[in-house]
Amino acid sequence: MRSSRLSEGSVFRRARLHRGGGAACDAVAAALPGIVDGEDVADLELRRHVETCLRCQAELAQYRKVLRALHQLRTEVIEPAPGLLPDILASLSAAGERRAMGHLLTGRQAAYVGGIAAATAAGAAGALVLASRARKSRLRLAS
Amino acid sequence: MAAAKAGERDAFDQLVKATYAEVYTLAYRLTGNEEDARDVVQDAYFRAFRSLKRFRGDSRFSTWMYRITANCASTYLTRRRKGRHEQLSEDDTHRDERPEVDPEQMAEAGMLRDRMTAALADLPPLLRSVVVLRDVYDLPHEAIASELGITEAAAKVRLHRARRKLRERLFPMPGEEKARAV
Repeated sequence: MRSSRLSEGSVFRRARLHRGGGAACDAVAAALPGIVDGEDVADLELRRHVETCLRCQAELAQYRKVLRALHQLRTEVIEPAPGLLPDILASLSAAGERRAMGHLLTGRQAAYVGGIAAATAAGAAGALVLASRARKSRLRLAS
Repeated sequence: MAAAKAGERDAFDQLVKATYAEVYTLAYRLTGNEEDARDVVQDAYFRAFRSLKRFRGDSRFSTWMYRITANCASTYLTRRRKGRHEQLSEDDTHRDERPEVDPEQMAEAGMLRDRMTAALADLPPLLRSVVVLRDVYDLPHEAIASELGITEAAAKVRLHRARRKLRERLFPMPGEEKARAV
């Protein structure tokens, strides 16, 4: 907020208020869209100019009307053509089904991976048992 | 809301039924036409459905939907511009071919709203999005910048430019009408 106040002030000072007329009004015109709703703060120099300049007062009043008209649109609802609501609900249903199918596939994939892992582990354990038996029989033969 | 967050489709459908007309209105204002607005609304609800668990509930559901809709519309419009290979400058000017009328009389006749709607539709999309989200739907600059993928400073610059263009269009100051006619 402070920076915008400074920047407006500097814009305004650059336009040299003491010249009056066009240059000062141009500087005010540049600042009005920001200060009309109080978001930007008008500095003292700018406020003094607006108080004494009918053109800038009129322009500020026009900005206020623009803002009021925009605010009034908030309560207006544009009726969509019939069919939009069923379309939205149908697309959500389709998305829900795709999602459920995705979960199902993911579950099956997990089952496959788990089965393969279990089979691999069982195979490895069997191989270890066979290898240890073979070693024991070799040792017996050697002794 | 709790039931919808828990994944109950019927509960989410109720939220859709309660808000879709308002969400469509915003989408229409952002895109400027019915067909695009319908696509944006469907995409917005699809995204909301997927990310409902992330909705913290510190704002109203409709406000949360406005943010998602703004993001969807921004993505949609950007993609469409790229597809068309168009350069839509923020300073694009639009011809107003309707007969000139006295703005004061029209306001008094209750037609300012229609003129504002037309003026908004004629704004370049980048300016229209910011002014609609800020001045009609009252979203904070931070949210607007976040959903449109721009900085807060850029959002403010666009807002001021949009307000100026609307003011010039609806309430031209002496001298501006001549400048437009040239």
